[in-house]
Order: sequence, then C-alpha cells, then structure tokens
Amino acid sequence: MSFTKNLSISPFVSAELAEKAKSALEATPWPTTRMEHWKYTRVAKLQKLNFADHTGTLANKEQYIIDPDYPTVFFVNGHFIASESDLNTLDNAISVKVLSEEKIKIDQSSLTIDDELFNALNTAYLTDGIEVNVSKKSTGGKLQIIHVLSGDTAISNFKTIINIEDFAEFDVIQGFFSEQGAVNCFANVSTEIKAGINSTVTINKFQYEDEACFHINTEVVEQEKDSHFTINTITLNGGLVRNNLKIDVNGENATTNLYGAYVLKGKQHVDNHTVVDHKVANCYSNELYKGVMDENSTAVFNGKVFVRPDAQKINAFQSNGNVLLSGDATINSKPELEIYADDVKCSHGSTTGQLDDDAIFYLEARGISKPKAMALLVSAFVGEAFDKIENEHVQGFIHQKLHERFNWQF
Amino acid sequence: MIKIENLHANIDGKEILKGLNLEVNAGEVHAIMGPNGAGKSTLASILAGKEDYEVTAGSVTFEGKNLLELETDERAKEGLFLAFQYPVEIPGVSNINFLRTALNEKREYHGQEPISAKEFMEMVREKSKLVELDPKLASRSVNEGFSGGEKKRNEIFQMAMLEPKLSILDETDSGLDIDALRIVAGGVNALKSKDNATIVITHYQRLLDYIVPDFVHVLFDGKIVKSGPKELALELEEKGYDWIKAEFA
Repeated sequence: MSFTKNLSISPFVSAELAEKAKSALEATPWPTTRMEHWKYTRVAKLQKLNFADHTGTLANKEQYIIDPDYPTVFFVNGHFIASESDLNTLDNAISVKVLSEEKIKIDQSSLTIDDELFNALNTAYLTDGIEVNVSKKSTGGKLQIIHVLSGDTAISNFKTIINIEDFAEFDVIQGFFSEQGAVNCFANVSTEIKAGINSTVTINKFQYEDEACFHINTEVVEQEKDSHFTINTITLNGGLVRNNLKIDVNGENATTNLYGAYVLKGKQHVDNHTVVDHKVANCYSNELYKGVMDENSTAVFNGKVFVRPDAQKINAFQSNGNVLLSGDATINSKPELEIYADDVKCSHGSTTGQLDDDAIFYLEARGISKPKAMALLVSAFVGEAFDKIENEHVQGFIHQKLHERFNWQF
Repeated sequence: MIKIENLHANIDGKEILKGLNLEVNAGEVHAIMGPNGAGKSTLASILAGKEDYEVTAGSVTFEGKNLLELETDERAKEGLFLAFQYPVEIPGVSNINFLRTALNEKREYHGQEPISAKEFMEMVREKSKLVELDPKLASRSVNEGFSGGEKKRNEIFQMAMLEPKLSILDETDSGLDIDALRIVAGGVNALKSKDNATIVITHYQRLLDYIVPDFVHVLFDGKIVKSGPKELALELEEKGYDWIKAEFA
C-alpha cells in the first residue's frame, strides 16, 4: 500500500500482532462511499498522501491545557514530550506507562482489526501509546492527555489503553490540537477502555485540530456490572473528523452516557458513529448529540443501539439535533435501534432545522444585534450538550474556543 | 417623538397600509383601534422593523431619525419597544441572560459602561415587582412554559428594564383575564412619564379603561380614518365597527 511506504512497523506491538495487523491492512479495501459504514464520509484523499512519522516540539504548551489541575502528558505527532509532561500530581493509585519509555510491546488489543482499515493501520504502525491502570484504591483519579499535530503529512498512530479496576473512579481529558501551519497531518488514534465492576469513568474528548488536518478516532469500551461510563465528544475544528465509539455493556445495572456536540464551518466534515451494545438486562444508556453547521460544512451522525435477546428492562434513549445555518451545510443523521428483547424502553429521534426567524426578530426587537441574537440561539441549542459536562474547566475552555473560532460570547 | 407620514406598505404584493399618518409626542398615550385586518399589527411590525413587509411610500421619523433606515436592533437601542402580541418562546436562553445582553448592547450603543451584576439584579427585583412577575420566571428560559398572562407580564417587565422612549403595545390585552389585564395595565401606567410615549393597539375598548389614552385613532383599510378623544373608544365599543365600515368602505 503506497500510503504506508514511508512508515515502519511499530516497535511497540508484538511481532505477531503487528504481522496480523499488517495482513489485515493489506486485505482490507480502501473505504468508499459505497460501503454502508462510510456512506457519507469520503476518505479517498488520505490514500493519496504519503504520511510519515515526524517528531516535533511544543512551542507553547499552555495554550493546549484544558484543565490546569490535571496531571498532563503531551504527545506531538504521537511522540512523547517528556520535558513538558508532568505526572507529579498523579494519584499514586494510578499508573501511567508510556510505551516508548517503558519499552512495552502490546500483544493484544480489543480493537477489531479485520475489515477495519484504520484500526489495522493504527496497530501495525503504532507511533506510541500509553497504558493506564487505575487501581481499586483510586477515588477521583484524573489524567489529561494532549495530542498535538505538527508539520506536513505527519501521522500519529496512537493508542491509549485504560484499565479501571473494580470500584475505581477515573476522569480523563483527551485534547487534540495542531500547531499553526500544520497541514495534511493525520491523527489516527484508538482508545481501549475496560471499566470494572462498579467503576465510574468519565472521558472529556475535545477535538480542535486545524481544517487542514485529518482525525480518525476509535474508542472501544467494555463495561462490567454496576459501572458508570460517560463520554463527552466535543468537536469544534478539524478538516475531516471521524469518531467511532463502540461500547459493549457486558454487565447488568450499568449506566452509559454518550454526549456530543459539534460546531462546524468552512468545509469541515465531522462524522460521529456510535454503537451501544446492550448484551445483558437492566441497563440504562442515554445518548445526546447536538450540532450546528455553517457555510459548507457537513456532519454525519450514525447512532446504533443494540438490545440483545434476553437483555430485558433496558432503558435506552438516543437523540440527535441539528441546526443548519447555511443553505450549503449538510447533515446526514441516522439513529438506529435494533431490539431483540421484548420488555425494554427505548427511543430514538433526530431533528434538523434552521434557527427560528421569529426568535431572532424577538431578540433583535429588544436591541440585540442579529449576529449576537444568532449566537445566543445557537449556543442555547448546543448548550444542552455542553451542559452535560461537569468539569468547569472543560466548559470554560469550550467557551473560550467558541469565542476564538466563531466569535461567540457568553 | 414619532411622525408617520403617508405610510404605504405591502406584504407579498398585497397593500396593507395605504397612506397612514400619525404623530405622537412625548408624554402622550395614543390608542389605535380597528377591526380585524385593518393593518394594526402590520403597523406595529413595520415600526419594529420586521423584514416581511415592504414599505413602498411614506416616511417615519423617530426622534429626528429616519426610522425606516435603522436595523431592528438599532431601533430598539434608540428607544423603541414593541410588546409582542404573541411573545416568542426561546428554549435554552434565560430571561436574565437575554435581558442583560440587551441592556448592555443598548448601553454600549450609547457609549455607556456595562451594568454591574449587582445593579442588574437589583433592577430585576425592582422591575419584576411592578408587574407582579415571580422572580423565578426571570431565571427561566424566555417565555418557555409561561402562561398567556405570564408572557404578557414578561413583555411589560422587559419594557420596564429597557426603559424605552416609545412603547408600542400590540394587542397586549388579547388572551388576558381581568386580573392579568389590571396588572399589565398597572405596569404600563407606572412606567408612564412626561418623557416617554405609548401607542396602544387594541381591538377592544376594555384595555382603555385601565390605560387611559389621550387620543384614540380608528385604523380601517390601511388608513387612520377617524381620530378623537378617549370617548371615541366608548362610541366604538357601543356601535361596533360596522358604522366605520359603512362610512369609509
């Protein structure tokens, strides 16, 4: 495959796993819009670029810090920046191992490799990664992982593996950025999470790479009984962004919250594919994604909820709402439910509309200028998803970026 | 304060206003009455700046400025206020946040500093009392889930907060029971001063028992066909609009 010709097999995966991933990569056809899974997202452009492994430095790390109170690790193009990372405040019930630092070779992965081209690419050519173990003793453990793309046609194949032991609590922030002038860079990242019995896990994922960059992100989550898992996916920039989120709910009485917001303009294309697989009974899942598209941007939402046979008493809710600010913006929204049990409470819905002209006029008639009136209405609309975020630093950071990129004020 | 001369306006090519003249001075209350379809709400919408209407002739001068050249928000900042017949529900935008934004935009327009949080909250407390609006409603989303009476009281509350020079009350009495009507009218009367003016648009005379006008105008078929003292309203109530129709149609 020509687009991998500048890449070499990863030293951080076992020879066996690397070989398996490489064969899968070679056997997998390049995704086209004829495939259901990629129907609305074209990735043809990626194939034509000869991505390479580039190291880089950080000129000003402060701008990327979302929550200053979190122990933080930095990666540029997938490479660990030890000098800027600070784990001094890390809870000692948590261990964080950078693969390259500890010379770790991953020999197993819960990522599906067959027929999943980007997962296979990620595994075979892994740039670096981290392994996090959150022990039973952790209450309120937290970690911030900041990824920065830099330069021209750099690729970051990065993997985060998080194991949360039974009864542990853990909050993680994942921030994705690019340095000024980054062009045709590609973050191809994966995260594998195991949430143990009665554990509580929150992920705040913030995506803000340049419009000239690409981002494909796959999260696989396995939830045991009585666990609480919440992920907030916030996408405010990035040329092509695809989020694959797959959650297997393996134990009873588990709670799963999937929240997301995307605010797009220019020619951005952002695609959220989510799967919640209820394999057992008595669980609750709630999904809410809200988006605002301006100019020529496109968003895709495909949310799937499975309720397997015998997974009775499942409450599963799914909702996707969109506002189009321009006649040239597009949304492809497809909420799906597949239910094989008969005693469940499930709902799904999708709405797409424009801002209410009467509401804009009402605000204007009170002396609020049209751009500000629109910003008020739009932020009220997506605000429902932002409000799900409990961390105030993350909320504040989002508001700051909305102001920088869209000139919204709150 | 406002001078409307020979105003003609269309919507979707249909002429609604056909040469309307009206002058309102500071300290005055004018009532505009008329049958359904006469153009009462059209007049209110055009003055506020709604884009659906096309002004084909005439002029509107507000405090020496050509009103028709101003954007909707600029008209409000200059001191024009429209109390909506059907206040819009805006989920997710709190009354407080919305009013503070409006107030500060107006202050900025006039070169004033933004209002402090403390001063603003005091103002909210004081003005919400005026229309007996539950202060809890102030922190809720704009008009969302408000009863008809609460919506109208919220309009007058906003009017009190924004302190306009000219207020246009568009059918503020529609859908109000007698208690709500009394409260709303009480608020309007309390805000009346020698420096501001009010145009009350209504179909019924009932509101004018509470907000006593200095002048009553009858709008019919896009024009003001009759003007008189407050007793004209009583005459209209008694005779209905048919005699107007017979006389001017």
